[in-house]
Amino acid sequence: MIQLENVTKTYPKASRPSLDNVSVGIEKGEFVFFIGPSGSGKSTIIKLLLHEVSPSNGKVVVNAKDVTTLRSWKIPHFRRSIGCVFQDFRLLPNRTAYENVAFALEVIGKTKAVARRVVPEVLELVGLGGKEHRYPHELSGGEQQRVAVARAFVNRPLILLADEPTGNLDPDTSIEIMRLLDRINRTGTTVVMVTHDSNIVNQMRRRVIEIESGRIVRDQARGVYG
Amino acid sequence: MRLKYVLNEVLVGLWRNVTMTVAMIITMSVSLTMLGASVLLYMQVDQMKNFYYGEIEVSIFLRDDVTDAQKSAIDQAIANNALTESRQYESKQDAFKKFQVIWRDSPDFIKSVTPDSLPESYRVKLKDPEQYGAFADQMRGMQGIQDIVDQRELLKKVFDIFNSIQLMALVVAGVMALAALLLVGNTIQVAAYSKRREVAVMKLVGASNWFIQAPFVLEAVAAGLVGAILGFVFLFISKVVLLDGRLQALTNVLTPIPNGNVWLMLPLLAGVGALVSAVTAWVTLRFYLRV
Ligand SMILES: Nc1ncnc2c1ncn2[C@@H]1O[C@H](COP(=O)(O)OP(=O)(O)OP(=O)(O)O)[C@@H](O)[C@H]1O
Ligand SMILES: [Mg+2]
Repeated sequence: MIQLENVTKTYPKASRPSLDNVSVGIEKGEFVFFIGPSGSGKSTIIKLLLHEVSPSNGKVVVNAKDVTTLRSWKIPHFRRSIGCVFQDFRLLPNRTAYENVAFALEVIGKTKAVARRVVPEVLELVGLGGKEHRYPHELSGGEQQRVAVARAFVNRPLILLADEPTGNLDPDTSIEIMRLLDRINRTGTTVVMVTHDSNIVNQMRRRVIEIESGRIVRDQARGVYG
Repeated sequence: MRLKYVLNEVLVGLWRNVTMTVAMIITMSVSLTMLGASVLLYMQVDQMKNFYYGEIEVSIFLRDDVTDAQKSAIDQAIANNALTESRQYESKQDAFKKFQVIWRDSPDFIKSVTPDSLPESYRVKLKDPEQYGAFADQMRGMQGIQDIVDQRELLKKVFDIFNSIQLMALVVAGVMALAALLLVGNTIQVAAYSKRREVAVMKLVGASNWFIQAPFVLEAVAAGLVGAILGFVFLFISKVVLLDGRLQALTNVLTPIPNGNVWLMLPLLAGVGALVSAVTAWVTLRFYLRV
C-alpha cells in the first residue's frame, strides 16, 4: 500500500537531510504510528505521501502509484484516495460541520444529492449526529477534530494520514479521537498516524516506527512509546 | 452544480473587493478605448489611402472667374506637357457628385454645400508622380489657375498626423494596459489570500487545479469583459459626438468612419480584454497558488 525505498529528503537551503535513506513498507489495512522527537522528519513523511514535497532521492509508492514520477496535473486525483487530518483541524470557519464535510465532496465534483446522502452518515459515524449545523467555533476541540476526520473519511479513502491529530486535545478527548481512528482502520482503511502521545501508543499496541534525525531507529510490530 | 458554484464564487469575489474591481474595470476600459481608437484610425488611414491614392494625383483648381479661353489654354498646356500621362476635366457638377458619394453618410454636411461652392478642376495623372514639382512650375504661370495641389503631398501630411495620433493612442493603451495588468494581478493576489483556507482544503481533498483556479480567472475575465464593453461604449459615443457632431470640420479630410468598423471593435475589445485578463490571472495564480 505504501512503500518508501531509500528515500532522502533535503529541503532547499537545509544543511542536512530531513529524511536520510529511509525505507519502509506499510501493508493495506495496517495501523502505523510514527514517533520521534521534534524535527526528526515525521511530518516530512506525511508530506511526501501527499506529494506536497517530492523526495530528493529514492522512490515513494502509494496505492501502487509511483508518486515521484506522478505528473503534476494528476496529483489532485491521486489525493482523492488519501484522507488527511492535522493537529490544527483546518476547518473552514464560515461553514457548518455539515458544510465543511460537504465542501470536500463538492469540490471534487460530487453532486449535492450525494452530499445529502453521505454527509449525515459520516457525521453520525464520528459521533456528531445532531451537531451538523454548528459552526467550528460552536464546537469543542475534540468535536472539531471529529469534523476533520469526517471530512477526511467521507470520500472513503484507502489511506488516512494523521499528523498529530490529538496534539491540541486533552488526554480523554485524545483517546476518543484515537478510538475513532481505530474504528476507521477496522473498515479496512490503512491509517498512518504521527504522534507524541505516549499514552495512546502504549494503549493501542500497534506497529510503531521511531525516527530520529531522519532515520528509522526502531520498527516494532506491537510496539510501545519506549 | 459545479458551474453554479464557480459563478457564485466569481460574483462573491468581485463584490468582496469592489473598489479594486472598479479600478480594474476603469483602467481596463480606458486602455481598451485607446486600443480601439488606434485600430479604428489604422483602418481609416488604410481606407483613405485606398480611396485617394488610386485617384488623380495632381489637381489644378480653376478660379471662379476663369474664362473659356483661359480654360482651353490650360487644357492644351496640360495635354502638351511631356510629364502628363492623362488628364480629366471636372466640372462643378462633377465635383458635387463625387462629393455626395464620399460624404454619403453625412447628409447634413451634403446639404450645406451646393455645386457652386466647389471649384472646377483638371485632374492630372503624371507619368512619374515624383515629378510633381517640375510640372507645377511649368503650369503655375498660367492665367485662371487658382491653385495646384499634389494630393499625395497633402495626404502624406494628413496621414502623418493620423499616424502620430494612432501611435499616441497605442502608447496610452499600452501604459493603461500595464496598469490594468498590475491591478488584475493584485486583485488576484488579494482574492487568493482571502480564500487561502478554502484553497488549502481544496488542495488537500484533491480538487482539480482548474476547479481551484477557475473562479479567480473568471473573476478577472468578467472585469475584463465589463471593461471592454465600457470601452466600446466610450468609443461609440466619442465617434458620434466628436466626428459626427462637433468636429465635423475635420471631416473635410477624413472620410467618414463606417459604423460597421466601430461595431467590429466590440468583439475585438472584448476578446483582447478577456484574454489579457485571463492570462494575467492565470500567471499570477501560478505564483500564488502552488500545487
Ligand atoms: N520547508 C522546509 N524547509 C527547510 N527545512 C524544513 C522544512 N520543513 C521542515 N524542515 C526541517 O526538516 C526537519 C524535519 O521536519 P519535520 O516537520 O518533518 O519534523 P517533525 O518530525 O514533524 O517535527 P515535529 O514533531 O516538531 O512536528 C526539521 O529539521 C525542519 O527544520
Ligand atoms: Mg510535525
